Amino acid sequence: MKDLVSASGTRADGVFRWVLRCAGAVVLVVLVLMIATTAWKAWPVFVKEGGRFFTGEQWLPGSSRTRVTGTYGAFPFIFGTLVTSALALVIAVPLSIGVALCISEMAGPRLRRPLAYAVDLLAAVPSVIYGLWGVLFFVPHVVKPVMNALAGSVGRVVPLFAAPVVGLSYFSAGLVLAIMILPIIAAISREVFAALPEGERHGAYALGATRWEVMSRIIVPRSASGLVGGSMLGLGRALGETIAVALLVGGRIAVDRDLFHPGYTIAAVIANTFQESAPEAIRALIAIGVTLFAITVGVNVLARLIVRRIERTVPRAAM
Amino acid sequence: MRPSALRFSAAVALVVFIGTACSTSTKSAQPTSGASGTLKASLSGAGATFPAPLYLEWISKYTKDVQTGVHINYQGIGSGGGVEQFIAQKIDFGGSDAYMKDDEISAGQKARGCSVLHIPTVFGAVAVAFNAPGLDTITLDGPTLGQIFLGKVKTYDDPAIKALNPGVSLPSKPIVVVHRSDGSGTTSIFTKYLASASTDWKAKVGPGGKTVPWPVGVGGQGNDGVAATVQQNEGGLGYVELSYAIDNHLKTAMLKNTTGKAVSPSIESTVAAVESVQIPADLRFNVSNVGGDGYPIVGATWILAYECGYTPAKAAALKDFLKWALTSGDDIARQLHYAPLGAALKAKSLANVDRINSKT
Repeated sequence: MKDLVSASGTRADGVFRWVLRCAGAVVLVVLVLMIATTAWKAWPVFVKEGGRFFTGEQWLPGSSRTRVTGTYGAFPFIFGTLVTSALALVIAVPLSIGVALCISEMAGPRLRRPLAYAVDLLAAVPSVIYGLWGVLFFVPHVVKPVMNALAGSVGRVVPLFAAPVVGLSYFSAGLVLAIMILPIIAAISREVFAALPEGERHGAYALGATRWEVMSRIIVPRSASGLVGGSMLGLGRALGETIAVALLVGGRIAVDRDLFHPGYTIAAVIANTFQESAPEAIRALIAIGVTLFAITVGVNVLARLIVRRIERTVPRAAM
Repeated sequence: MRPSALRFSAAVALVVFIGTACSTSTKSAQPTSGASGTLKASLSGAGATFPAPLYLEWISKYTKDVQTGVHINYQGIGSGGGVEQFIAQKIDFGGSDAYMKDDEISAGQKARGCSVLHIPTVFGAVAVAFNAPGLDTITLDGPTLGQIFLGKVKTYDDPAIKALNPGVSLPSKPIVVVHRSDGSGTTSIFTKYLASASTDWKAKVGPGGKTVPWPVGVGGQGNDGVAATVQQNEGGLGYVELSYAIDNHLKTAMLKNTTGKAVSPSIESTVAAVESVQIPADLRFNVSNVGGDGYPIVGATWILAYECGYTPAKAAALKDFLKWALTSGDDIARQLHYAPLGAALKAKSLANVDRINSKT
């Protein structure tokens, strides 16, 4: 007990405080450096294209070493990134919450552990494996038949799912992305559910609530802010995912409203063309990198706002 | 604690024992295999990925059997990166599938203080792979291929294709155009061919290069991605490196060259194509308008070096390696499905090797 207030203890406390401050500062310094250097590199491209950089649909890289001679309209990449990520989120969020509920509320103790491990293991698979598995098995043998069926039925009316079906497409990329972000969202959802006070559950059951009522009226609404946070983490991964999407999205620079057609995403075009690009085209690729960074920041800010709003309203509503 | 510590020390002893055993065995092997090893230098190069498998094979053979004192490191970072690093003086030699442009050469000359040397090493060909039910091969020509990649010829039984394949029953299947989504030398060779053989393509898409604004089609990543997409989609048609098409037994199209002969892609037809090329003095050339027995979609790849600025040891090693590769490396090149240079071009290439470090 005496040691706790000794002179060496207070000295250590001071040192420790400084160590932690430095650790915090490192994150900020790295972030600022990254934004500053990339924005500086990309500046000539932003200057030349102006607002057309974000709205233009022509991407014709030049080959100059010193000047910016090409045309750089990044809208097809921004569009593709948002479409594939949104698709992934729409599929993955309900599925993940289902998986998490199954693990934390339904599964018996004997099944709970293996199931949780399996979900975590899914998160540990490298993304290139997802990409290759997608190209060689999942897309041709599972997704394409589904796409063909959809194009033959719903696709006749809804232009989102129209033929011709090629396999590599927004839809395939979004589907594999959904599988990739599922474990992240599911793991966080599970933790959030587990953190709810047992008493509320027991109270609800004691009042005669069914399982469905407990889950839909107590557990999910009470966890809403955590679920949004987890989903945003998943969305962050989807927006930035590179290699799996580069393999699956189809590498076509176009804005297509048909989900079954090939397109492109920001991360995929950077990875695909960086190696063989002239200096000015590399500047343009860095410029879309900066754009992706801005999108990610925007999404995170939005998530914070949603979480804050939910925290203010939902607890009362759930009571 | 005790048993695990024991096991640990036993493991260490074993590793040390194996290590010494290995090092003594390699040491004793050196005098026999490295009899001619008089040069000592360490070279670094980087650039084109297209010839990288060949360069790595050449380097491994050369440093193992010819000059054991020479270390060469080649990294396939892409032609663009290779040229940049070469200009920035970060590497001893560069590799590129496209010859350096004038502004690149002047930047390199300014940085180094002397001329840049282009040394062609081998040729590669690009095959058109397709997947149509009931067809084993198909004959195409430049203008028709251009129309297919422009999206104007849409089915296998289009009149333009019918005219080139008299008597063949062509399926009425839509063509699914597949191209590379990553920047590559293969794409560069293919689109430069389209630009030279199809005026329509040249007018609408441009002179060709590594990143192309494709009017139609779906992009696969790498040769694997293109081949997989072609095979998974009935009607698929795309382009891949010749070696990739041969190794994977893909069905490939025959192409009509400028003398009107339909030629299927192979090492022999690539070599035949190269024989007919006019070579300018600085060895910067495109292969186009091939006739005779030559296959038309062919491109060269270059090693880039400087005329000055190497240490004597480095210059000696680089020259010796390149001479060895150009004179004794043809068999390795053929095994890996690259076409070696013809005699006339080889002499010019070797003359440029001799100019390395000739100005001090």
